[in-house]
Amino acid sequence: MDYFFELFFSGLTRGSIYALIAVGYTMVYGIIELINFAHGEIYMIGAFTALVVAGVLTALGFPALAILAIALAAAIVWSAAYGFTVEKIAYKPLRGAPRLSPLISAIGMSIFLQNYVMLAQTPDFLPFPRLMPELPLGPLQSYIGSSGVFIILATAVSCAGLTLFIKFTRMGKAMRATAQNSKMAMLVGVNVDRVISLTFIIGSALAAVGGVLIASHVGQINFMIGFLAGLKAFTAAVLGGIGSIPGAMLGGLVLGWTESFATGYVSSDYEDVFAFLLLVLILIFRPSGILGKPPTQKV
Amino acid sequence: MDQFKRAIITSVWFMFLTFPLMVIRVNTIEKVVQWRFMNMLYVGVGAFIFSYVWRYLLSKRQVGEQQEEAGAGGKAGFLHRLSSDRRVYAPVLAGILVAAACFPLVGTMYQVNIMITALIYVVLALGLNIVVGLSGLLVLGYAAFYAVGAYTYALLNHHFGLGFWTVLPIGAGLGAFFGILLGTPVLRLRGDYLAIVTLGFGEIVRLVLENWGEVTQGPSGVSGISRPSLLGMKLSVSDSTVYMYYIMIGLVLLTIFVVNRLKNSRIGRAWMALREDEIACQAMGIDKTKTKLTAFALGAAWAGLMGVVFAGKTVFVNPASFTFLESAMILAMVVLGGMGSIVGVVLGALVLILLPEFLRDFSLYRMLIFGAAMVVVMVLRPQGLVTGQRQKYRVKVKEAVAAHE
Repeated sequence: MDYFFELFFSGLTRGSIYALIAVGYTMVYGIIELINFAHGEIYMIGAFTALVVAGVLTALGFPALAILAIALAAAIVWSAAYGFTVEKIAYKPLRGAPRLSPLISAIGMSIFLQNYVMLAQTPDFLPFPRLMPELPLGPLQSYIGSSGVFIILATAVSCAGLTLFIKFTRMGKAMRATAQNSKMAMLVGVNVDRVISLTFIIGSALAAVGGVLIASHVGQINFMIGFLAGLKAFTAAVLGGIGSIPGAMLGGLVLGWTESFATGYVSSDYEDVFAFLLLVLILIFRPSGILGKPPTQKV
Repeated sequence: MDQFKRAIITSVWFMFLTFPLMVIRVNTIEKVVQWRFMNMLYVGVGAFIFSYVWRYLLSKRQVGEQQEEAGAGGKAGFLHRLSSDRRVYAPVLAGILVAAACFPLVGTMYQVNIMITALIYVVLALGLNIVVGLSGLLVLGYAAFYAVGAYTYALLNHHFGLGFWTVLPIGAGLGAFFGILLGTPVLRLRGDYLAIVTLGFGEIVRLVLENWGEVTQGPSGVSGISRPSLLGMKLSVSDSTVYMYYIMIGLVLLTIFVVNRLKNSRIGRAWMALREDEIACQAMGIDKTKTKLTAFALGAAWAGLMGVVFAGKTVFVNPASFTFLESAMILAMVVLGGMGSIVGVVLGALVLILLPEFLRDFSLYRMLIFGAAMVVVMVLRPQGLVTGQRQKYRVKVKEAVAAHE
């Protein structure tokens, strides 16, 4: 039973991170129907920014909590800025182009950003400082570390905040309108360009939070981490039903648990294979995901 | 003045954007911070120029689109005229063929080897062009089929001692088989889902090759694969390289011939129709699944074929040769060369493989530039280097009228 709980909590931690990144995919898809391939790279850039800022602050002798707060804030700001810029350069000129064009442009952007970070920083794995303070957890300690608790809490807070934002603010309403029908939204006076930019900014900011938390949890980063994480987060988004925000969160958790239990009880060699198999299966049997609605094809 | 202001803003914005990653580098173990402010200057100047160039090109693209809409854009390019006039292109092709045939007599072993690699990529890119360029199905796990071919030869040779020529068709067949195996369930997915599933499939194949140690010998790979034999003779390393070169020239010619015939055939036109509009295409009575599956199987067969050649050339295969980057490279060749255009794809593959060989310093920045080039090409020139041409049919009006009367 102990082993079960250990796997349960490790799946929960993992799944929370997938959920945080998946929200970015799902929001962008919901609004412009594009798989933002560079999203995983935004997450990686968030983690690297935090590493660099934390390194500078440590050298200056800041206290641990201040470092965490400033590094996280910096990661959010810069990731959001990258997300914004990527949209302006690689996707905005391609609105209305054939579907394949923005997709290829997104793949190009993803390759570009990976190699940019590799050249600007380093191709090696870098140790990431443990930014999160130790919590007195009592008996829970053996199942879940304090970084796990931080991850789960941060995910819960971010997701709740996002849901409230979309439900109750003016901008949230504009986002929902654009997602339903962007032409109609434009006609009733929604600034669609601004809504799309905002979507990229919010998605990137959440990915940055995920990047900092997971890097601090695992303890090392590299310019390639965005590739696998992005792929898995996409799986999570599809699993939950792409375009649906609660779906992305649910999908993240389901994927986290699947991976955790499958590696725990079946085989640890094939960790990533399980995620991809799940993706293939879900797309074959229920392409609209758990919470998604089946799309209608338009001529 | 407005342009200048915008360029300044872009420049400042990019300096801000790249500040943490380009300027600061930290060593977390020794707690040393390195500041590289010169980089910031480069970024600033670069972004300033980029802003002007980007805006100029975007406005040019817009003008071009408007002209095309007005019907004034029918001006045929230089390459078009070249490829449509038999008197021009026949001697050019003959010249290229003679040069290619004489190359091993002039070039060093090293150069011949590079040429073989380039030719392998030419065939791979042409194979992917069937799937991506002609049929419009974005496949991101093409390297998986390549791996299937390579491991087919490696394992059959290692365990059963089968020769290159025996395995060549088996490799292609297995490639096609895997193509159908993957294609059958996923082809009803829409474009972007298909891309991700094939990407996932590529990773699954690589991970299985890496972890299924009993069969594939894991990450260390299979070595000591025999080179192709010529009528039962054992060749020296340099002779067999030259031999391999001629095999590749033959395969390239075969591929170009087959792809060209396919493109103008009934099935080729069905592919292009599917790429343009699926629903309209089905309304015209084209079997969507069968057409897509043929494209998938044919594309995969070429990758399998090239896998066998690759294993025979390098005499060693391991899973690291078949990563996502490999698939992305082949895709970049197709996209940059011009989706659907045979000349374009051949040029794209040659340029992308040979350019880094000539410019050694360039190889570090290779993927960075390829990535950027993919974005730029998609935004500014979606048809790629060479525009794909459609076969045009002319009805001889006089005869038709006469027959009618």
